[in-house]
Amino acid sequence: MSAVPAALAAAPRSVSPTWLRFKDALRRHPTAILGGVVLLAMIALALAAPWLGTVDPQAVSPVKRLKPPFGEYWFGTDMLGRDVYSRVVYGARVSLAVGLAVAFFSTLAGLAIGLVTGFIRWVDAVVMRVMDGLMSIPPVLLAIALMSLTKASLENVIFAITLAEVPRVVRLVRSLVLSLREQPFVEAATAAGTGIARTLVRHILPNTVAPLLVQGTYICASAMITESILSFLGAGTPPNIPSWGNIMAEARSLFQIAGYLILFPGICLSVTVLAVNLLGDGLRDALDPRLARRM
Amino acid sequence: MFAYAVKRLLAIIPVMGVVALFVFSLLYIAPGDPAAVIAGDIATEDDIARIRAKLGLDQPYMVRFGGWLWALAHGDLGVSIFTNLPVAQLIGQRLEPTLALTLCTLFVTVALAVPIGVIAAWRVGTWIDRVVMGFSVLGFSVPVFVLAYLLMMLFSVRLEWLPVQGYVSITEGFWPFLRHMILPSVALGTVYMALIARITRASMLEVLSQDYIRTAQAKGLASDQVLYGHALKNAAVPIVTVIGIGIALLISGVVVTETVFAIPGIGRLTVDAILRRDYPIIQAVTLLFSGAYVLVNLAVDLSYTLLDPRIRY
Repeated sequence: MSAVPAALAAAPRSVSPTWLRFKDALRRHPTAILGGVVLLAMIALALAAPWLGTVDPQAVSPVKRLKPPFGEYWFGTDMLGRDVYSRVVYGARVSLAVGLAVAFFSTLAGLAIGLVTGFIRWVDAVVMRVMDGLMSIPPVLLAIALMSLTKASLENVIFAITLAEVPRVVRLVRSLVLSLREQPFVEAATAAGTGIARTLVRHILPNTVAPLLVQGTYICASAMITESILSFLGAGTPPNIPSWGNIMAEARSLFQIAGYLILFPGICLSVTVLAVNLLGDGLRDALDPRLARRM
Repeated sequence: MFAYAVKRLLAIIPVMGVVALFVFSLLYIAPGDPAAVIAGDIATEDDIARIRAKLGLDQPYMVRFGGWLWALAHGDLGVSIFTNLPVAQLIGQRLEPTLALTLCTLFVTVALAVPIGVIAAWRVGTWIDRVVMGFSVLGFSVPVFVLAYLLMMLFSVRLEWLPVQGYVSITEGFWPFLRHMILPSVALGTVYMALIARITRASMLEVLSQDYIRTAQAKGLASDQVLYGHALKNAAVPIVTVIGIGIALLISGVVVTETVFAIPGIGRLTVDAILRRDYPIIQAVTLLFSGAYVLVNLAVDLSYTLLDPRIRY
């Protein structure tokens, strides 16, 4: 035990404790680095899709229907003769776009609503009832219901999944605000005459960033799964956009003769979601030790 | 306890009120005019207006919401746009497969996940723990329908051990019923199992670090007595909570699983309704599943007093 203070004293002052904890967490979770690398590779793949030996993912070629994989076509062709490899590579764009956009918008909206509800009593009573109600509708069902109202488009998919995820973020932010507002430093700010808005932005907001980053990662993972489920059920991304869920949906009646149509997009989706989840576990351990102990 | 139960029951009203409002608004803002559909192609503007008045579609929002709630309270869930049959009847016909699938999955999953989580916590840091945690994060990451197809390709198409699709009622024999249930239950239960095993492990780890566990071990109790008699009892509340919350995963999964395995349940009904934009069915299913979710979590809340005598209401 006596070695600990010596080590701390020897540490250079410029290294922040957050960074130390971060490095420590990465050491304990080498899988988080793996997750980060895989995710970056997937993003690179999605961005570089046109230069990766792909052809037009929508190009139909009836004579080349249902060619098996590993021959002329790496991943084979589908029932319309479209190149599955090209479709899978372009499909990465949809999944990642939906995952990242939903994570961004739902944490932003949840943060705004949560900050206000945590600080203003009467808003809290009303908003939390609405959130409780929305939370009691299973998220996929909520997204399905919303999608049935509008026409299929990528924007609508993002909006529907975001709305389904927001209540959980509000819950989290509100609980953070409720415990933070009792902290001495917030009391001190209030006593010094700081207004509500300034207290929220300067004192409460910075303390919600770390847990929100962790939550955002998990939302990204679950949004990618929800998008694929919506597309698979025919209530998601429109069929003219190749998404992993769409490729699998179209293969529904063919899985006995052309299992590869489900295998390739299914593996890509699972690997990407796995990478995001691993990254999330590492981040949680690094940024939110309170949660890390519990999980 | 009784007073608390009543209080919790009353707290359901605003929650289900929001759900009802959402579900009703779905139909209210849905594109398409039901009156025009019912009137048919050769109807005049007057005909449509008359039908609209007859159905009360020209009434203001709150009046229509009230009327809809009143009908709901009398068990009237509306009429399917596509088949013209009462929605309540359609759901009644489809209830059995869905109930069978969810209950099978629920019991098997919980019975497996809790011991797995306990063992992972007991052997924390060993290869057993790593395997359990690895499978759990994998379980979160593979979408239910991908897993369903993988299982089907391996066990039904390649090995031909189990039937590919379909559903057989338990009244037609237990063995055929079971054979048709295995793959859907595994596919549906995996993510739920991952969740429960993970929380069980976390909750157990926290309890196992307590002093009274060391005392129990010091006085020479067998380790399974300590694990199940002392530790699991005290770790039960978070586990039961997540079993309740996780029902949402099962409900979402059921819609997908029934589609993949061609099981004629409520999930299948929902998917058909989405494709046909049959709003009354989408409404009723959303309401039904949300109600089930709320009731299960109410039961979970009330069970806390049984699990932990320190909790008194």
